[in-house]
Amino acid sequence: MNQTIFRIVGLLRVLAFVLLAVAIPPPTLARDVPAHPAPHVAAAADLQFALPEIVAAFTRGGGAPLKLSFGSSGNFARQIVQGAPFELFLAADERFVAQVIAAQRAEGVGEHYATGRLVLFLPQGSPIRADREMADFAAAVHDGRLKRLAIANPEHAPYGRAAREVLEQRGLWLAVQDRLALGDNAAQAAQFAASGAAQAGLIPLSLARAPELAARGAFVTLPENWHTPLRQTLVLVKGAGPAARAFAEFLRGPQARAILARNGFGLPAP
Amino acid sequence: MDWSALGLSLQLAVMTTLLLLPLAVLLARPLAWVSFPGKGLIDALVTLPLLLPPTVLGFYLLGVFAPQGALGQAWLALTGRSLVFSFDGLLAASLLVNIPFAVQPVQRAFEAIPREAREAAWCCGLSAWQTLWRVELPLAWPGLASAMVLTFVHTLGEFGVVLMVGGNLDGATRTLSIAIYDRVQAFDDTGAARMSLLLVLIAFVAVGSLHFLTRKVGRRGN
Repeated sequence: MNQTIFRIVGLLRVLAFVLLAVAIPPPTLARDVPAHPAPHVAAAADLQFALPEIVAAFTRGGGAPLKLSFGSSGNFARQIVQGAPFELFLAADERFVAQVIAAQRAEGVGEHYATGRLVLFLPQGSPIRADREMADFAAAVHDGRLKRLAIANPEHAPYGRAAREVLEQRGLWLAVQDRLALGDNAAQAAQFAASGAAQAGLIPLSLARAPELAARGAFVTLPENWHTPLRQTLVLVKGAGPAARAFAEFLRGPQARAILARNGFGLPAP
Repeated sequence: MDWSALGLSLQLAVMTTLLLLPLAVLLARPLAWVSFPGKGLIDALVTLPLLLPPTVLGFYLLGVFAPQGALGQAWLALTGRSLVFSFDGLLAASLLVNIPFAVQPVQRAFEAIPREAREAAWCCGLSAWQTLWRVELPLAWPGLASAMVLTFVHTLGEFGVVLMVGGNLDGATRTLSIAIYDRVQAFDDTGAARMSLLLVLIAFVAVGSLHFLTRKVGRRGN
């Protein structure tokens, strides 16, 4: 019995030692070493494909690496107001940038650098046909072919709000109420639509035309005047470092603009 | 595969287990052996994180950890670091969320130790400390092992609280389970599949090793 106990105590000690050895070095390494850690960038989900491309061009040109987080603009605005350590905020509309400015967490007034477009996306196997007037979609709402419609959450995702405006404008908002699959952000809504779990989705053009999605369905771009313009707005967060500033500058430059245009964004006059 | 997320998850899980286990022993012994007024309330509080939706915990923690919140303010003054959207906050949240996973198995194990065993140890002249190390802990070993494995694996898998309190910051708060969610939204199914498989394997190995550890010790004890 005694021997057993010693063995167990020994085992516990070895275990404790191993756990200590594993646990202690990483936090000091992770937090104290870099003097200028790569800045965190909060990016609207419609930039999921365009932004990594722009960052790649930026670092190829000698720019510092950046850490990207994608999500809904409303969610990021809230996190930044609550003190999240982002240095640059790329929102999908102006409203959420205004929130950050009102909370005195922003530098300057923000800058409109691109404009997003909304599309009606129909996954492969969807019983609904794509047309620019959304006529077959409207028919499908009424005859029950549409069982689920994927949109981003209108409460905190700009593309969700735009989708809501389009549906209201077409007089379909009330009819689709109980058939909405709300994505946490535009990319999740696109994910729902592309998976075929929904028969249709109202999602960003910048996602719909990416190869990952284009292969999984068809889409039509909706008229711009059906919803409030999705003015992609960038703003530096107070305390932003030189790397974040340099990247904000790069986003306004010709290389970034070419990538944005290729991904389906409209561009304001330079 | 997001290696920094894997590193972060392992670091969080190891630190949570390491910090919580001694605390669990400290808390579980009186709960197992001593009867005192208000014990039922403490028992309930220990179980509470298990029953609450992670989003409820996340919501409250976000309020308490915020720079304007009580704890957030104190931590900022003390360390100069923020508690929300940081590893520190993630660890604090993880400790709280895992209390039931650490305490309950240990408490059950201590309850199962017959009073005579401890009395015999005292009669043999062992001090309280020696009794703990040589009698109680070896007898409670299966409970301790369960607590360790459950805490470790549950920390790796925690999602709701991490997302709400930590956000999704690459290299700071993006744990493996958040990275999987992130990869799915980025249409990177391969990346998500690899990381999911890894978590399945870790859980499998953890349960297997728990079985191995407790069985082996039990047989030796006989």
